[in-house]
Amino acid sequence: MSLFSVFNVAGSALNAQTIRLNTTASNLANAESVNGDPSQVYRGRHAVFQAMMDDSDTSDDGQDASAGVRVLGIVESTTPPTMSYQPNNPQANKDGYVYASNVNPIEEMTNMISANRSFSSDVEAINTARDLLLKTISMGH
Amino acid sequence: MFDNIFGIHEPALLLAGQRLSVLANNMANADTPNFKARDIDFAEVLGGQGDTPLPVTVTNAGHMTLSDNGVPAGEVKYRNPYQAALDGNTVEMPVEEAAFAENNVRYQASLTFVNSQISLLSYAIAGQ
Repeated sequence: MSLFSVFNVAGSALNAQTIRLNTTASNLANAESVNGDPSQVYRGRHAVFQAMMDDSDTSDDGQDASAGVRVLGIVESTTPPTMSYQPNNPQANKDGYVYASNVNPIEEMTNMISANRSFSSDVEAINTARDLLLKTISMGH
Repeated sequence: MFDNIFGIHEPALLLAGQRLSVLANNMANADTPNFKARDIDFAEVLGGQGDTPLPVTVTNAGHMTLSDNGVPAGEVKYRNPYQAALDGNTVEMPVEEAAFAENNVRYQASLTFVNSQISLLSYAIAGQ
C-alpha cells in the first residue's frame, strides 16, 4: 500500500533534517571557539544528503516510486580559519595569535531556517497521509 | 453486475495513493543535491480507463492473457523545473505543495464517490 510508504519517506526526511539541525547547533555553539593551532580549531560541519533508492519496492512497472533521503556523511568546511592577534588569550601560540573557527553564523542561520521549513513540509505530508488513511479505513461506514 | 461498481474512482483512488508517495518523496529530497523531482501524469494514466480495451484473441496456449481490470501503473516521470537550483536539485517546494494539496482533494473526492456508492448499495440491499 503506497500510502503507508509516505510515513517511511517523510520519516527519513525528518531524521535527515534533524541531523542537519544538530550540525547547525554545533556550528553556532562553536562559532566563537579559538585555538592556537590552526589544525585543531573547530571547523563548520555540514550534512550531505543523498536520495535513498528502495530496491525492495519493485512495483508492477519496475520503477522505484518511493525512496526517502539519508545523510551520506558530514563534511567539514575547508574555509581557512581567521587569525587574530590576542596575546592575552591563554590559547594563543608563541607569537600571540589565535585562530578562530571558520563558522559563518549568517550561513548557519539561513541553513537553520531552510531545515525548519523542510521539516514542516514533511510533517505536513505525514499528517495528510494519516488523515487520508483514517478516512480510507472508515470507508463504507 | 458488481465487477465495476466504483467505476473510475477505484483506479483513481489507487493512483492518488501512488502519487502521494511520489510527491512526499520529492518533499523529502528537497535539499538533496542532484535529486530530480518526479510526478505521475494523472490525466494520461486515467485517460485510457474509460475506453473498453480491444479483446485479445488467444490462439495458442503459450499466449499471455492481458488482465483487463488491473490497476493502471502510474508512470513516474521527471518534472520540468521552472528554475533548477545550482546543486542540480529540481524540487520546487511551492509546486510540490500545490500538487500535494491537489492530489489530496482528488483522493478525498474519489473516496466520497466510493462511499456514496456503498451507501447507495446498502440502501438498496436493506430496501428501506
